Amino acid sequence: MNNLYLIISREYLERVKRKSFIISTLLMPLLMLALMLAPTLIMVLSGPESKTIGVIDRSGLVAADLRDIDDLHFSQLPTVMSLDSAKTIEAFGGILEIGEDVVDYPSHISLYTKGAPSMQTETVITSQLEEALENRRLSRYDIPNLARILEDVKVDVHMSTFRIDTEETEATSSIVSYLIGMAMAMMLYMFIMIYGQMVMTSIIEEKNNRVLEIVVSSVRPNTLMFGKILGIGLVAVTQILIWGLLVCSFSKWIMPLIVSSMSSPDFDLLSAIGQLGDPAYVLMLFVWIMLFLIGGYMFYSSIYAAIGSAVDNIQDASQLTSIAIVPIILGFVFSMSVANDPNSGLAFWLSIIPFTSPMVMMARIPFGIPGWEIALSLVLLVISFLAMIWISAKIYRVGIFMYGKKPSLKDLIRWARYK
Amino acid sequence: MNILEARNIVKDYTGHRALDDVSIEVPQGKVYGLLGPNGAGKTTLIRIINHITAPDSGEVIFDGHRLVQDDVRSIGYLPEERGLYKKMKVGEQALFFARLKGLDRAEAEKSLKEWFERLDIMSWWGKKVEELSKGMAQKVQFIITVLHRPKLLIFDEPFSGFDPINVQVLTREILRLKDEGATVIFSTHNMASVEELCDRISLINRSHNILTGDVDELRREFGKNKFTLEFDGTPDALRAALEASCTAVDIVEDVRRKHLAAEITLAADDARRAAIAAANAAVDLVEFKPKMMSMSDIFIKAVEQSNYPTPPEFPTHE
Repeated sequence: MNNLYLIISREYLERVKRKSFIISTLLMPLLMLALMLAPTLIMVLSGPESKTIGVIDRSGLVAADLRDIDDLHFSQLPTVMSLDSAKTIEAFGGILEIGEDVVDYPSHISLYTKGAPSMQTETVITSQLEEALENRRLSRYDIPNLARILEDVKVDVHMSTFRIDTEETEATSSIVSYLIGMAMAMMLYMFIMIYGQMVMTSIIEEKNNRVLEIVVSSVRPNTLMFGKILGIGLVAVTQILIWGLLVCSFSKWIMPLIVSSMSSPDFDLLSAIGQLGDPAYVLMLFVWIMLFLIGGYMFYSSIYAAIGSAVDNIQDASQLTSIAIVPIILGFVFSMSVANDPNSGLAFWLSIIPFTSPMVMMARIPFGIPGWEIALSLVLLVISFLAMIWISAKIYRVGIFMYGKKPSLKDLIRWARYK
Repeated sequence: MNILEARNIVKDYTGHRALDDVSIEVPQGKVYGLLGPNGAGKTTLIRIINHITAPDSGEVIFDGHRLVQDDVRSIGYLPEERGLYKKMKVGEQALFFARLKGLDRAEAEKSLKEWFERLDIMSWWGKKVEELSKGMAQKVQFIITVLHRPKLLIFDEPFSGFDPINVQVLTREILRLKDEGATVIFSTHNMASVEELCDRISLINRSHNILTGDVDELRREFGKNKFTLEFDGTPDALRAALEASCTAVDIVEDVRRKHLAAEITLAADDARRAAIAAANAAVDLVEFKPKMMSMSDIFIKAVEQSNYPTPPEFPTHE
């Protein structure tokens, strides 16, 4: 027991003290944040460049309705000006020519620009023209109090979705559930992959280094294997705890700032913030992540441990690792389709089978699924990781002393059968 | 009193029997040599003694009882293939291994410092292992092996990779530990490197223990009636002269010698005088002395005498 503790603490401390761990733990959330904010930032930065558009309005009806927006200015030109002479005017970044009969033929509009027009420029111009033309058409009907009526009939629909098959009374938006589920599945996928392989490389290194023989002359091979799996697992837990803390403080202090600074927050974002800002909900997700992460990690890392013990170097391992990598990737890929239809039969079974359950369950949980399904999945996962560790320990015991030949899956199975 | 007994050990690997009914008895306080060519099964036997692998049949008795996991705390083992955690600091690493052997932190640190000072390597304490040279790392490893004052020390190919000066330092320290009461097992294929140190040996060949005994007795027994002589004259004259008194006369071809040399085996214990007289009459005898049997000579002899065939390639010297 004391030896197990020594092995665990060595594995743990050696990793946590490394600069690379500290840096990646702190940088990763920043990177994620940057990725989240990047689209917005890019939009802001690449907004319409300061530009003046010359407008030749041959109908004389709509030009007056074009309003300057941000850095986009409109300058009205004489209605009779020829297009060619307008094009020669240096000051204009572009010429907008509006046809004489534009109210009836809204396709009689052309924009001539120097260089390709930005998406936003086009959107601003078309939406303004649409509004202006609609107004012109409406005014033909001579409706009194038109402006007031228009104001009155304008609606903006926000639908709240509720579940009737669960106890929950809280409204959940499915798009938010989808996003949260995907993020969680992604996280589990990453962690199981990265930390599982860490167990494998660490075992290969010990074997390669020949330090293994010294260690196993002091502790049982099984103790070394468990200690390594647990020690590295603790590193993963530490990293997740730190990230959890960062996410919590982010949603508590920084999210509100972002929301208040946004001019027109859209509803989905608000509801996502509403959910993520609820500590109880976040905590619940967190507990599930932890449980499935530990289960999934234990399951896969013991597979990786068996593989690592059998080979001499990483190159030889590549064939065998597909035993572990393929199901992990499948789990992640399926979790995407599961998130689209979280209550299908496929979703149910994939979230019960231990090979894919950690990832797929993560994608389903935010949609609020019956507790017994989660419990069943967890129990099965625990049973299978115990079985897997038992098998791996047998392979490991034999594998660590095998040098010089590249073992096949058949060899591993044979070793597992040794008494 | 034997500190270690291995009784009828059998170990099979797939398609290959690594140890076939091997028994050894290691007396307390002695230096025991486990000699034999590479692949003979020495390392497998040592792993079984270290409780790293289990024998298929047979048992190991340590200090009067059947070997159990906790006994490894009384054993210090320096494996043939040596390695340390590269990224770990020397001192920290030595502490880690000492604690694995059951020492508590303070105790381990105290005796570690003593050892580091004795071998004059205190300045390595805070260095990472990857910064050390191979020889330096081996010194650290030696300390790790002996730090917990084991009753039984096992060195697998102890001197391979060490420079002569370090070999001397190591030999000195091993003998000191022996004087303090430790029992030592050397396992090596390089017999010349340990034969002066060993009190008792077992020769392992092709998974079998083919010979066990005290080094002095073995030498005497195998060297019985064997003499070497140097002479001037013709080999044929010598052969003819010794035909009556000797069972074998082998001319040793050695260009470095000024004289011709021969190894002879007397036909009877009391034939020495007759042989000297006969040789002296036939050739100009320069030297006549009992043959000093080296362990390699004994090994070759033992392999010839045993029922198991000689390995095709037998390295007598490194």
